Amino acid sequence: MIWRSLDELAAVPAFQSARHNEFPPGATEPPVNRRDFLKLMAASMALASLPACTRQPIEKIVPYVKQPEELVPGNPLFYATAMTLGGFASGLMIESHEGHPTKIEGNPGHPSSLGATNVLQQAALLDLYDPDRSQTVLNHGQPSTWESFATAFQAQMQSVQANHGRGVHILTETISSPTLRSQLQTLLGKYPEARWHQYEPVNRDNAFAGARLAFGEAVEMHCHFDRAKVILSLDSDFLYGHPDNLRHALAFADGRRAQSGRADMNRLYVVESSASVTGSNADHRLPLNATGIARFAYELATRLGLMAAGSPSELTPETRKWIYALADDLLQNEGTSLVIAGENQPPDVHVLAHNINDFLGNIGHTVTFTEPVINPASQIESLRDLIAALHAGSVETLLILGGNPTFTAPADFDFPAGLLKAKSCIHLSTEVNETSALCEWHIPQNHFLESWSDGRAFDGTVSIVQPLILPLYAGKSAHEVLDVVTLGRSDYDIVHDFWSQKMAGLDFEKNWRQALHDGYFANTRLPEKRVSLRTFQITPVAQKTGSLEITFSPDPNIHDGRFANNAWLQELPQPVTKLTWDNAALLSPGFAAKEGLANGDIVDLELNGRRLSLPVWITPGQPDDSIALHFGGGRSHVGRVGKNAGFNTYTLRTSDSLYIGRDVRMQKTGGHYPLVTTQTQHAIDSEERQIFREGTFADFKADPEFAKKSSETPIETLFKPEEFKTDGYRWGMAIDLTACIGCNACILACQSENNIPVVGKDQVSKGRIMHWIRVDTYFRGTPENPDMNHQPVPCMQCENAPCELVCPVGATVHDKEGLNLQVYNRCVGTRYCSNNCPYKVRRFNFFQYADYHDTTLKPLWNPNVTVRSRGVMEKCTYCIQRISMARIGSEEQGHKIQDGQLKTACQQVCPARAIVFGDIGDPKSAVSKLKANNLNFSMLGELNTRPRTTYLAKLRNPNPQLTT
Amino acid sequence: MAYTAQTGPTPDSPKTNLADASAMPLIGPTETFESVTQNIGGIVLTQKPPRSWFFGAGVAFILLMVLLCAISWLLYRGVGIWGINIPVAWGFAIVNFVWWIGIGHAGTFISAILLLVHQQWRTSINRLTEAMTLFAVACAGLFPLLHLGRPLVFYWLFPYPDTMGLWPQFRSPLVWDVFAVSTYFTVSFLFWYAGLIPDLASLRDRAPTRRKKVIYGILALGWRGSAAHWQNHQSAYLLLAGLAAPLVLSVHSVVSFDFAVAIVPGWHSTIFPPYFVAGAIYSGFAMVLNIVIPIRKIYGLENYITARHLNNMAVIMLATGMMVTYGYVMEAFMAWYSGDVFEQSMMANRAFGPYGWIFWALILLNVILPQALWFKRIRTTPATLFFVALAINIGMWVERFVIVITSLQHDFTPSAWRLYRPTFWDWATLAGSIGLFLTLLFLFLRVLPMISIFEMRKLITEKPGGRA
Amino acid sequence: MAQIFSRRSDSILRASLLLLLVVTLAGAFVLHTMYWSPYATRETVPLDQPVPFSHKHHVYGLGIDCRFCHTSVEKSAFAGVPTTETCMTCHSQIWKDAPILAPVRQSLATGVPLRWNRVYDTPDFVFFNHGIHVSKGIGCATCHGQLDQMPLTWKSHNLYMKWCLECHRAPEKFIRPRSEIFNLNWQAEDQLVLGKKLVAEYEVHTNQLTDCSMCHR
Repeated sequence: MIWRSLDELAAVPAFQSARHNEFPPGATEPPVNRRDFLKLMAASMALASLPACTRQPIEKIVPYVKQPEELVPGNPLFYATAMTLGGFASGLMIESHEGHPTKIEGNPGHPSSLGATNVLQQAALLDLYDPDRSQTVLNHGQPSTWESFATAFQAQMQSVQANHGRGVHILTETISSPTLRSQLQTLLGKYPEARWHQYEPVNRDNAFAGARLAFGEAVEMHCHFDRAKVILSLDSDFLYGHPDNLRHALAFADGRRAQSGRADMNRLYVVESSASVTGSNADHRLPLNATGIARFAYELATRLGLMAAGSPSELTPETRKWIYALADDLLQNEGTSLVIAGENQPPDVHVLAHNINDFLGNIGHTVTFTEPVINPASQIESLRDLIAALHAGSVETLLILGGNPTFTAPADFDFPAGLLKAKSCIHLSTEVNETSALCEWHIPQNHFLESWSDGRAFDGTVSIVQPLILPLYAGKSAHEVLDVVTLGRSDYDIVHDFWSQKMAGLDFEKNWRQALHDGYFANTRLPEKRVSLRTFQITPVAQKTGSLEITFSPDPNIHDGRFANNAWLQELPQPVTKLTWDNAALLSPGFAAKEGLANGDIVDLELNGRRLSLPVWITPGQPDDSIALHFGGGRSHVGRVGKNAGFNTYTLRTSDSLYIGRDVRMQKTGGHYPLVTTQTQHAIDSEERQIFREGTFADFKADPEFAKKSSETPIETLFKPEEFKTDGYRWGMAIDLTACIGCNACILACQSENNIPVVGKDQVSKGRIMHWIRVDTYFRGTPENPDMNHQPVPCMQCENAPCELVCPVGATVHDKEGLNLQVYNRCVGTRYCSNNCPYKVRRFNFFQYADYHDTTLKPLWNPNVTVRSRGVMEKCTYCIQRISMARIGSEEQGHKIQDGQLKTACQQVCPARAIVFGDIGDPKSAVSKLKANNLNFSMLGELNTRPRTTYLAKLRNPNPQLTT
Repeated sequence: MAYTAQTGPTPDSPKTNLADASAMPLIGPTETFESVTQNIGGIVLTQKPPRSWFFGAGVAFILLMVLLCAISWLLYRGVGIWGINIPVAWGFAIVNFVWWIGIGHAGTFISAILLLVHQQWRTSINRLTEAMTLFAVACAGLFPLLHLGRPLVFYWLFPYPDTMGLWPQFRSPLVWDVFAVSTYFTVSFLFWYAGLIPDLASLRDRAPTRRKKVIYGILALGWRGSAAHWQNHQSAYLLLAGLAAPLVLSVHSVVSFDFAVAIVPGWHSTIFPPYFVAGAIYSGFAMVLNIVIPIRKIYGLENYITARHLNNMAVIMLATGMMVTYGYVMEAFMAWYSGDVFEQSMMANRAFGPYGWIFWALILLNVILPQALWFKRIRTTPATLFFVALAINIGMWVERFVIVITSLQHDFTPSAWRLYRPTFWDWATLAGSIGLFLTLLFLFLRVLPMISIFEMRKLITEKPGGRA
Repeated sequence: MAQIFSRRSDSILRASLLLLLVVTLAGAFVLHTMYWSPYATRETVPLDQPVPFSHKHHVYGLGIDCRFCHTSVEKSAFAGVPTTETCMTCHSQIWKDAPILAPVRQSLATGVPLRWNRVYDTPDFVFFNHGIHVSKGIGCATCHGQLDQMPLTWKSHNLYMKWCLECHRAPEKFIRPRSEIFNLNWQAEDQLVLGKKLVAEYEVHTNQLTDCSMCHR
């Protein structure tokens, strides 16, 4: 509540002093220390004298000395900003309570957000308040000051002035920030001999290389899935891993979602080397190892007639059938098909994809091209140059702006050794990581919610990054570090000055204010670019039979490792595998059976003489001759959350096998490691259980009511039949299983909105994860290549709620708007309600999970949601706090809540807009329309729980040639 | 009667075992008023407790300490120290609760119902079993409190004028439990105490020391054995018996509602109340035998607790055992016959899933082994009977485990299925509760007459060859 | 040997049994009274404040409107407590050097906010919203009592949930015309008649007022 927030605001300086907190957000079993003990004693004392229970300690009210304009104490404010990852900016809208950000939402106006966010953007909020963040300037590991750094740095640059900055190297991550790039230009202008290197483990080298081969210039490809009828992904995770994933997800879902009476539906073919989010949404999915995919693309091109058949193809009959059917389908959809190759596929495959698109006349329709937003120079080569210089000992000063090359550089570069050869090394980073440990200077970097900057969206739109809060620690931004040697301005001045010069004349201040309000400069997207193909000659890599491959891809949750200390992401069940807190070697059921491996068995992998042992996880849909590794886990210099979480697979990743490792040797060590998953995979009998329903688009057209068939929801009730027909709002939700892509964003949005605690690996292994909404994945078909079905499961808000009548104290009851409430302060914790919940959506605080001690984390809490204590049941209530605020607001203004004006956290974040919430009493509301849809069904409806949350059956659109 | 007191063999001689059980005497032929009072009262007043008492009491006390540790740690850390999770949110705590309540049934059954139907053989064992009932219910009452997430606000389950203007939610079986169990405890206690009064008086009169006289005197509430006293006592005793009798049936029915009312497959069944009551009496008598058989040996009470008592109790166990078996069969049958996918899947998982071996252990212990009771030699041989009773006690605990855990672990939503693994603290709490039970029992043996003296005297008056 | 128990023992026994009963009941009664006593609730107990602010002086004496200081009472959950600047708007002219106002001047000088002691403190799991109560016709005095008679502010009600429910179960007993919200001395001539009328007029959803979700989230 509000005064708590005010109190915290006044306590902002206390953040600095709160360096040592008892235990990390992940830890749930606090050591029994003196303070806890006293706390316990205090509690029992309080109990001993019962009246004391009601006598609360006196709280303080801390008003502002001078109230900021626009701020009404108790009401949140929203600001637009942007987060850049891999150089690409995505627009955000941040909710702020009395000066501290409490929730990240997508910016509806921003082209690469469209109102949604992915899990990384949701979780960025936790990073801001991470107590393990770097907090002071370090010199040789000793605390120092910004000033002493500045003087030292200026001195250094003075000394190299004479020889034009020879020996000065700047290593950045991928940069799209116009301001930062101009700053670099200025610097390089001043020191012509200085060198700028750009490296990030997740980059677009292959895509650009492919474009160069195909078009003679590095261009960026933009996909328009909304215009595509047939889509082929060659190992591209365009719905999750691609920089433009949010826009893709919406366009893709729009091409499928179950609007009644839609004429057609897009069809997705995926050929991939490990089960990805995109693959899990495929109508036809073909698991092949990475080399096989290159081969596949080649064969497809041949089949389409782009080139004469080369070497005799060695395809399995099944794959051949696949290719023929696919080729026919593509040819029938010239101009409305789309082929996209994945970043982890070699340039050749991209070339093939471009040529197929061109051949099918897709270029200009479903795919368009622009100048790249980021510097397209090969990052691996750029790093290679730096390494050469380092090992040659010719580096005077190495300035590392962000990133963690020591951890992420290819193993064969031996970056750490090189780094030690640099005369002087400066590292700017939000955390003290592996690289900082080896550097002379470490500068704490501001979180993007603390600093001014800018960046460009995937389509080029210029987005402004504006701070929501003053830096919590003595942090600086990359802008300020670079500016030290020039003008030494604040990051606001740097960004503002840059744009005021760039946009001089045309009423800049007005535009600037507008841009700050919108979060971006309107009409700054890059113009479409005409491209022309060159002739190409490709001979696919011959596939050695029986050779085992490894594929490397970024961790779906902690990306390249930078989010390793983010407890939300570590505990988030990874797509498909549902693993938490670890990464593993993913291998196919068949392969595991052959090698006699079970989940968690530790194996030794050997690739080009480098060894790594890590546990295996059996993953349905993984190709038999390929092992999938995620890089990012296993950090050594990391905060308390990331410690001992996962295994460092970078140690196998060399510059010649960045994404694909061939001729791998694997040995079973006999060791075992406990991997933790939130869902054990069952071959489901859900047909009878009526939990999940699906059908083909053909079925749907033939019989629009097919989903209803199996339903036997009892309608008759003798007991007060009218009791649910209340006037006023009747909240309900519909989830379109066809649209849901299984990206997990809803889980984190809910966690952030509702103060849901993180419980840690041990508790997850005991089955005590707290997520209020989970994404169940049901597998159907053969384990080698099953259909995957995602089903988000929040509380169903049953009208006949089984949980309600068994609660002895009435802590879970209905309100007049049909919500199944959970009253935390009344709950005594019998857990009877959870037993009686057929959906098992209730969560229990087995321990004191919420951390009451850590003052740095408190401002993260949503002040409108109770922070639950030990022994209390909790669950989803359709974001009751949002409903209440909306109701109060509308009543004060004397009108009803408009449809779509009130969104639940999961609905607001969903990139595919699969979740729709609203008033089912209003027939015109979006949710009512969906519930009227023929595909609408109730999960476990035959129990007569009358759930307010219903689902729209999943539609697939398989190719008849392949089903028959 | 086939023989006279003078010439007849002693009750336990093999010859009588072959004779018809009902012909066996309820009390040794040599017993007189004096001997009864001497022997039984003496145990409390004059005799030094046997070495075995000290040993048993010692063990019990250690277990009691274990319970205290377990509870302290629980209150400090929370219920998370147990193996419970989502979906298996109820674990050992509830299993133990139901088990103890069940054990607490034999006492009142023997005292009240057998009294009302004039079964004289109850006389020598009712005191002990009533005591056992109280202690068992005390243990049972512990668990519903401990298993709460917030045990400090347990009182919200009681209806009282609070500052919130709220009442408990009376539709919840847990609230019914509160009333059922507390009523049962109160009535059982009064009944037991009423029965004690005359004996306390005779202890008072024979107590060697003044201190004992005073204590027993106060407890005897001024009993003087006048005709008026006896008359009031008789009517009060009968009234309480009348009150207690229906409770025997109601309590475990209510407990069974905790499950039957829920929609969980494996719980949601109309057969639960009778099946639970039968099971309760089943385990109750098993526990009585497990206690009585050693005691009569150690204290040499074969003359009061005779083979016929053992035999009768064994027969009751056999009968209730068959009812329980019927319950198992019906559960399986209904699961199949209902055609309900959830019930069927649950039943299959119960028998052949991860906890299958526990289910079959239950069948062995509760169904197969007790069939031995068809043979009178087994019924009347203390050693064998003791073993069977022990099997049943364990079996009934396992039954509750199967009902609670296997049902929750595998219900409607496959994605939520999870196993339950008891932790050290689960076991510690179970062992500790046994410790509490035994400690109370041993104290009882030490300070109160374990057999009703005045009722034994009555028997003598009716004994052939006894003084009329 | 001598009698241990005299003839009177029976009566003593009966008496002590009776006593036991009485003691139990008395204990319960004492507990109940303590719960409802100002000791536990701080009802009617003035709280010390860093600056001895008098509502009596400012409201009754000077007739300043509530909203002059409690600015956000109509549009936010939080009524708002005046910023140091608000105090100084007047006190930079009047009582410029009054020693009791030293903390205020210091706050403005140093920028360190005043820390008032909270008089009306609902538990953290209760989400009270001033705005909606004001717009639905609940006057300040209904909960805060005769503030214009309080030299130092005290709590006029115990703020127990039962107390909240008195109004949430029967708003017509307390509701008043919107025009009279800030009038601390308003009295209806026939509250029930007016109340019923206003409840309808202001669209108070009486059926919803006792939903747990009204206050608990």
